[in-house]
Amino acid sequence: MKINLKVWRQKNGNAAGKLVDYKLDNISPDMSFLEMFDVLNDELMHKGDEPVAFDHDCREGICGMCSMYINGRAHGPQTGATTCQLHMRSFADGDTVIVEPWRARAFPVIKDLMVDRSAFDRVVQSGGFVSVNTGSARDANETPIPRTIADEAMDAAQCIGCGACVAACKNASAMLFVAAKVSHLAVLPQGQAESSIRAERMVAQMDAEGFGACSFTGACSVECPKSISLDHIARLNREYLGAKITSEAV
Amino acid sequence: MSWVTQTLASSLGRKVIMSLTGLFLCTFLIVHVAGNLQLFKADGGRAFNEYSFFMTHNPVIMTVSYLLYTSIVVHAIMALLLTRHNQASRPVKYAYARPEANSPWSSRNMGILGTVLLIFIVIHMRTFWYTMHFGPIPMAEYDGKEYKDLYKIVLEAFSNWWYVLFYVIAMAALSYHLVHGFKSGFQTLGLRHKKYTPLIEFLGVWVFSILIPALFAAMPVYFFLKHVGVIG
Repeated sequence: MKINLKVWRQKNGNAAGKLVDYKLDNISPDMSFLEMFDVLNDELMHKGDEPVAFDHDCREGICGMCSMYINGRAHGPQTGATTCQLHMRSFADGDTVIVEPWRARAFPVIKDLMVDRSAFDRVVQSGGFVSVNTGSARDANETPIPRTIADEAMDAAQCIGCGACVAACKNASAMLFVAAKVSHLAVLPQGQAESSIRAERMVAQMDAEGFGACSFTGACSVECPKSISLDHIARLNREYLGAKITSEAV
Repeated sequence: MSWVTQTLASSLGRKVIMSLTGLFLCTFLIVHVAGNLQLFKADGGRAFNEYSFFMTHNPVIMTVSYLLYTSIVVHAIMALLLTRHNQASRPVKYAYARPEANSPWSSRNMGILGTVLLIFIVIHMRTFWYTMHFGPIPMAEYDGKEYKDLYKIVLEAFSNWWYVLFYVIAMAALSYHLVHGFKSGFQTLGLRHKKYTPLIEFLGVWVFSILIPALFAAMPVYFFLKHVGVIG
């Protein structure tokens, strides 16, 4: 199949970028979106041009590295999938596909489609952990946790930190990400001891990184490759407001 | 009280202020629409004028009304601050975005809808609230007691087709504002549970987004139709 690409090219964080047109023939509908980019880069390198820089790693939807804003949507037209899980059969022959990097103040462009998502790392470093060693798998089995709570924690823990929530949100808000990180620890006994201070610190760091506020449009949850629920944002709000009223941090 | 200011200055704290002022304004709408239903009473405006007198002289109502004015101002200013903050969070916009694929229109345009409502509130208060408090206003007499005849002001205002149209448009904006705003107010407070969220969503749609704006819009339409003689 033939694909007309419009790809955001930007030399580095300080340079101005623009959309550049590329035409690809002989694209297989069975290729993943990233494989299509491999073909493009191969052609560019053979011509002596600079290949398009884009993030990718596992290519099986679990690492959270791929991050393309495709035809106006984070990770493209499919729901519940990352860019690497998107296949060219989702497009029609001769389609024009616009590819841009995530856009957010907190995610500055490094090059082309690559953005710096270390703001997420710093949010997690501010409190998204349990401070003590909670043991190995054997110890986990000795802490009985009701199935519904384990499922709730697991649903939140599915977050791969790709940043699609920020990219899709009209406010570039990181609430779904922070909510997932706060939620999966807050519902489990190992995480409960620090749940107040965690919510306070992670929200403070989220604000400091320059993410927007939540307007509850629901775009994040729709575009999330793991379909993380807005219930977790409500829990984050509860945890944060409860912490502000009850925590020891005056 | 540094922790208080710190909380209220955070993105979540600001949303809480939006939520509390917004939900308070929602409760006001219930009282306002219920009281104004007396306009439909075929008694030449007596019930409405007596009600207006009560609302402007009862000390409890008067105290709550100052809370109401404050809520409107705080809600609007906080919305402005949040909008600026949110826009600054994405300095470079997408060349091509399809937000309609993942979120309802009303949820993305609360600022525009709110601006329409703020303009409406200013004009609405100039027409009725200002005239009621500072005149000039005709008087009516019931059982030997003088009342300000606000009913006559209502009749006069709603005899203008463009004024009626403006009210209907504003109530459409109210409808879209509340279909998102009411349920979001609870989400911000963390009140989301399978036991009561369906009720909140039901009330948000059927009461706050449909029933209340429709009743409000029915008032100018009713008096205009009366004025042109379509209804008796």
